[in-house]
Amino acid sequence: MINVIIIALRNLFRNTRRTLLTSSLISFGVILVVVFGGLAISFKSQMVGVLTNTAMGDLQIHKKGYVESIDNLPLNLTLTGSELASVETVLNNNPEIESYSPRIKFGAMISNYAQTSNIRLNAVYPEKENRTLPGFVKRIKGNIPDPDRFVKPGEILIPENLMNGLSLKAGDDIVLVATNKEGSVNAITLRIAAETEAIFGPSGKDGSIHIDDAITLLRMDQLEVVEIAIHLQQFDNLNAVSSSLKTTLGSNQSPFEVHTWEQLSPFASITRIVDLLIIVVKFILMTIVLVSILNIMTMSVYERISEIGTIAAMGTPPRKILTLFLVEGFAMGLLSTIVGIVIGLGALWIMNMTKINFTFGTMDVSLAPSIPVSEIIWVAVTVMFVSLFAGFQPSYKASKMEPVDALGHV
Amino acid sequence: MSLIELENITKVYHAGEISVNALKGISLKIEKKSFVSFIGPSGSGKSTLLNLIGILDKPTNGKMIVNGTDVRTLDRTAAARFRGKTIGFVFQNFNLIPVLTVYENIEYPLLMLEHLHSNERRKRVLRLLEKVGMTDQRDKYPNQISGGQKQRVAVARALVTNPQIVLADEPTANLDHATAFKIITIMHEMTSDIGTTFIFSTHDSKIVGEAEVIHTLEDGAIVKTDTRKVHDR
Ligand SMILES: Nc1ncnc2c1ncn2[C@@H]1O[C@H](COP(=O)(O)OP(=O)(O)OP(=O)(O)O)[C@@H](O)[C@H]1O
Ligand SMILES: [Mg+2]
Repeated sequence: MINVIIIALRNLFRNTRRTLLTSSLISFGVILVVVFGGLAISFKSQMVGVLTNTAMGDLQIHKKGYVESIDNLPLNLTLTGSELASVETVLNNNPEIESYSPRIKFGAMISNYAQTSNIRLNAVYPEKENRTLPGFVKRIKGNIPDPDRFVKPGEILIPENLMNGLSLKAGDDIVLVATNKEGSVNAITLRIAAETEAIFGPSGKDGSIHIDDAITLLRMDQLEVVEIAIHLQQFDNLNAVSSSLKTTLGSNQSPFEVHTWEQLSPFASITRIVDLLIIVVKFILMTIVLVSILNIMTMSVYERISEIGTIAAMGTPPRKILTLFLVEGFAMGLLSTIVGIVIGLGALWIMNMTKINFTFGTMDVSLAPSIPVSEIIWVAVTVMFVSLFAGFQPSYKASKMEPVDALGHV
Repeated sequence: MSLIELENITKVYHAGEISVNALKGISLKIEKKSFVSFIGPSGSGKSTLLNLIGILDKPTNGKMIVNGTDVRTLDRTAAARFRGKTIGFVFQNFNLIPVLTVYENIEYPLLMLEHLHSNERRKRVLRLLEKVGMTDQRDKYPNQISGGQKQRVAVARALVTNPQIVLADEPTANLDHATAFKIITIMHEMTSDIGTTFIFSTHDSKIVGEAEVIHTLEDGAIVKTDTRKVHDR
């Protein structure tokens, strides 16, 4: 067996130029998968991180029917009293849930005494919101001495586009005018505490106020929660937690509905496109490996017919001849993969050192690309498997040759 | 029982519409430790016959026993094993493996006989290198040595397994006359040393030399057999 491997390896480097050309092609494919995969996966997780940690939370609970009309920000589909209490009990008793934040979401008019505009507002308990969206305070421009009190009663945080549009600055007073669910109009004056960075997706361009101000403005007799954002201990458990919450809270008879961020954000379709692109790149890699190994092994077998005859005459059984050529193709795939992985990881490492900054929509994203070990293993295993597969047909042909025909071939 | 027994062997090649009767009923016996040559003009069937004896090919018809085995019963793997154990080959074009050194080329057939200990293997290869006078060239690759040297390596390779039979189809056709004669002499000496039957073919009647049995082939049939009493072996 060892001698078969030695011969296969030496055969591999017999036509050095051809071997190097083919293996650099395979290495290139591997590099493509590693680098593109690293970039795409980190882009995805960064973006998902931004969306879930600074705007949406991982999961959201609403009154049944709310998401259907979410664009109108209805105020008549709310959780109150015993309903709210029962949801909170479930959430408090679920160890997977790190924290949750009740919110009142509504639309209002904002006026700087000269101009008026529309604003979507997210009224929160800052302490709970900060636990649930640990990244949110990073979107606030300016100094936040206590992240648990990023907005106090009487204050408002306004997204940057509206700040610019209405020529506002921190410290200015504005008037909010809103209609409650009974149709009565009310107004309050708030001071701008700071500007927030706007991001892509739902709640990305909402202003923030304290929930007590919303209760006043909307003249609520008791707390009426529109939405509960949930932050998980482990984001990876999202699917498990969401399906367990859906069975306890989101069943058909229950008055609630449970959605994951993916079901609420248009970005989820972008992540699916990214996943699809990764699959396409992987498919390209597999095609490259298949075609190059098949090609080079077919040529090798053809060139060495009389050698195959010779070793067959000297008592090499067909199985060993099969192995000889399979090992050659496999070794080629393996060596190219190792080279490709090393170069690809090197490239990712360099990108990591230099940090890639870019803007996605209005968000500033800094990519620190890295690739999960499982992806590397996938690449290695796939290339090896495809190499074996591609080498099989020519190798099989070699092993099936009649020694006399092979020897007679010049 | 003779080492090799052929009974009414025929071989028909089919090339498209045409079929060629390359062997037309050959019957012969080859004894252990004998030195046999087949001569005859080009196309007379020498290679065809040697390929059959070497179990590289199967006869169209007829019965063939080699070393007590009816070769028609062997499948491909069994035939390969049988060749590896029983038969050594020397080819017209030397057929050394280009990626193996002289030493490794000679060692190769031993590696196909799985049971051999590496010390024993080494001893045998070194002894044969010595016998064919290639010890100092042992680490060269085939493209670094001359044709005559290649054929000496090929002879060593054919003998390294101590086979019952060594088959050589025109082993000297690519060599000049002096070298050819030397190679045949070496082969004869070495085969008789270990008691191997040595069978070779040639169309050059001058190098038949000391063969004990000379079969003359013509058009797929044996037309003449000369047996010579050779001095003490
Ligand atoms: N594979 C084949 N297919 C068809 N016909 C073949 C094949 N091999 C040999 N023949 C034919 O069989 C006959 C015997 O050929 P063979 O090669 O045995 O002759 P030979 O005596 O070895 O000749 P040479 O001295 O030229 O080597 C020839 O007529 C040849 O054309
Ligand atoms: Mg011939």
